[in-house]
Amino acid sequence: METVIANSNFKSEEYFINMGPQHPATHGVLRLLLTIDGEIIKKVEPDLGYIHRSIEKMCERDSYQQIVHLTDRMDYLSANINNEAVCLTVENALQLEIPDRVKVIRTIIGELTRIASHCLWWGVMGMDVGALTTYFYGFRDREMINDIMEETCGARLTMNYNVPGGLMFDIHPNFVKRVKDFVAHFKTKIPEYNRLLTDNIIFQKRTMGVGILTKEDAISYGASGPVGRASGYSCDVRKHHPYSAFDRVSFTECLETEGDTFARYKVRMAELWESLSIIEQLIDNIPEGEHRVATNAVIKLPKGEYYQKVETARGELGVYIISDGVKSPYRMKFRSPGFSNLSLLSHIASGGKIADLVATMATLDLVIPDIDR
Amino acid sequence: MRVSLGITTNIHNWLFSTMNVTMASLVEMVLIALIYLTVFAVLGLFLVLLERRVAAWFQLRIGPNRVGFQGLLQTMADALKLVSKELTGTTRADMFLYNLAPYFVIISALMALAVIPFSYEFQAFDINIGVFFLIAVSSVGVIGILLAGWSSNNKFAMIGAMRSGVQTISYELSIGLSLLTMILLTGSLQLSEIVEVQKNGWLIVQGHIPAVIAFMIYMIAGTAETNRAPFDMVEAESELGAGFHTEYSGMKFAYFFLAEFINMFLIAAIATTIFFGGWLSPFGITESLPWLGIFWFLLKTFVLVFLMMWFRWTFPRLRVDQLLTLEWKYLLPINLVNIVLMALLVWSDLTIKF
Repeated sequence: METVIANSNFKSEEYFINMGPQHPATHGVLRLLLTIDGEIIKKVEPDLGYIHRSIEKMCERDSYQQIVHLTDRMDYLSANINNEAVCLTVENALQLEIPDRVKVIRTIIGELTRIASHCLWWGVMGMDVGALTTYFYGFRDREMINDIMEETCGARLTMNYNVPGGLMFDIHPNFVKRVKDFVAHFKTKIPEYNRLLTDNIIFQKRTMGVGILTKEDAISYGASGPVGRASGYSCDVRKHHPYSAFDRVSFTECLETEGDTFARYKVRMAELWESLSIIEQLIDNIPEGEHRVATNAVIKLPKGEYYQKVETARGELGVYIISDGVKSPYRMKFRSPGFSNLSLLSHIASGGKIADLVATMATLDLVIPDIDR
Repeated sequence: MRVSLGITTNIHNWLFSTMNVTMASLVEMVLIALIYLTVFAVLGLFLVLLERRVAAWFQLRIGPNRVGFQGLLQTMADALKLVSKELTGTTRADMFLYNLAPYFVIISALMALAVIPFSYEFQAFDINIGVFFLIAVSSVGVIGILLAGWSSNNKFAMIGAMRSGVQTISYELSIGLSLLTMILLTGSLQLSEIVEVQKNGWLIVQGHIPAVIAFMIYMIAGTAETNRAPFDMVEAESELGAGFHTEYSGMKFAYFFLAEFINMFLIAAIATTIFFGGWLSPFGITESLPWLGIFWFLLKTFVLVFLMMWFRWTFPRLRVDQLLTLEWKYLLPINLVNIVLMALLVWSDLTIKF
């Protein structure tokens, strides 16, 4: 075929196209510079910085309590887990003894956040491959979690529920009942998700064998979360470096070996079940006790470097603080999952069709403010 | 050209009694054209509303229900808004082709409706090559889409137009062949005669197995032909923004939008006429009331329209290479075998007739 084209007068010409920063498939202000030959993508270059707010620099000005609030605005779909990461770092640095109650509630809230995030991802995933109805199904179930959050944390998206030393308030009296209701409700809905999208032959054809990421590449590109696990790279922070109450619950790390778009999809769907099981194990025995331990009004971390990683809905979030003993960090660095996962895109999407790029990007589950910070 | 308008015979006779033949024919044609334009513009708007309500029903929403009774005036309001919008365009666009493109699309959609028999003797233009005319005219629309994508100086629109060309050329074959399969049963291309033949049983019953296969192929190809999901590569929102009509605004955009819905109605109407007995009632239960034909015709058509909406709000989109695989590797061979099967069926007289 190549030689036929070369010998004929038929000319093929590569052209350049801008996908974004205002494009429905990039879910935010991400710009992709595509070099295309017909429908086939030759090169993808992500161009970042359209929503950069210099959160890391702002952290150098703020107190540790204030920093927690900034992290909501990074990966806003895992807001609670981001908050938790900063709190854990500060608490470890101060060597605070955190009550069991706090640990358990943080874990439950974190897993609820993960389910909410995956619900949204599932809806958007369907939308990206052209099935618009999934969006509303995902949002219907996410709404229930939002209501629970609103009642307990007072907010629906940027919860700010964690503070260094514990939780801002104790849980709402209805919390346990409503979470149980949600778990029962959602167990009937995951099969519905599967009937609508997972089992659909068009969807499977669109995603199987598309955007393949090998285990070696996953490790060398720093992939984490469901993206890494779909390539067979065991990288669940909850399993390998348990924090909060993850050491006292039993759950399996969802691993797939294919590394394609469908594998990433399957990992996230399996994680929904695992999160439900974690919540079920903890919700009935939340220990009594304080919801917060007292800290100084102005927290000063001892001089040194501190690092803590957690598993957000997108992967491994690392919080790195260098303190020189004053009320603000000397330098603060977030290792965000989206940034490393995005770096994979040009590697796995080259050579595919435009539609493959969109499907691949959907399963990388990018949240642009998390990448740009 | 034979203009048969049984329902307006009086007007017809009156016109021809008051003026000379040329004049009367002209006036009659203009009248029919005006009526068709009005009726189908309104029908298009109604279909848009129907689509939105059906989508809302699938998606746990309510849909438009505020403007007018149950939102009946919503699309009217939208159309009025679009009429009043400024017509913007890109610089360095090929302005002549850019302005021409929407008319190709909308005119081909409306022209094809002329030969559809809506009821007994209620047909504007009854020609003996009706099916051929339908296929020919409805495929003119793709020229408009190609022109729109090409002339608007936008790469996304161009990709959409390229996809459209590929898609329509491929699926045109399936539509033609599946209708041809049914023509073997009727022995006529004239749509009114095709309906007459079905007084002995709808063609889908007469032709049984090959007819059902032909119907399924027709529905798949028809959905592809109208560029609707799961074959909406042409305007794939998540990939191309809006595809070929990205750079269109105001009324020119509305033409594309309306044409999509009229085309959907058209595909369903052809299926009704060829497969489901057109305006004939099931088992002839209202044979004594021929004016009910329009009701039966619309009922059958809207059931098929609903089916196409159901497709759209359930299935994900195919990829462009999978689309071609489906047509050239599966539908076309099945179709060719099906024609032979139907020919054998007719030859050995195995059709079911009441």
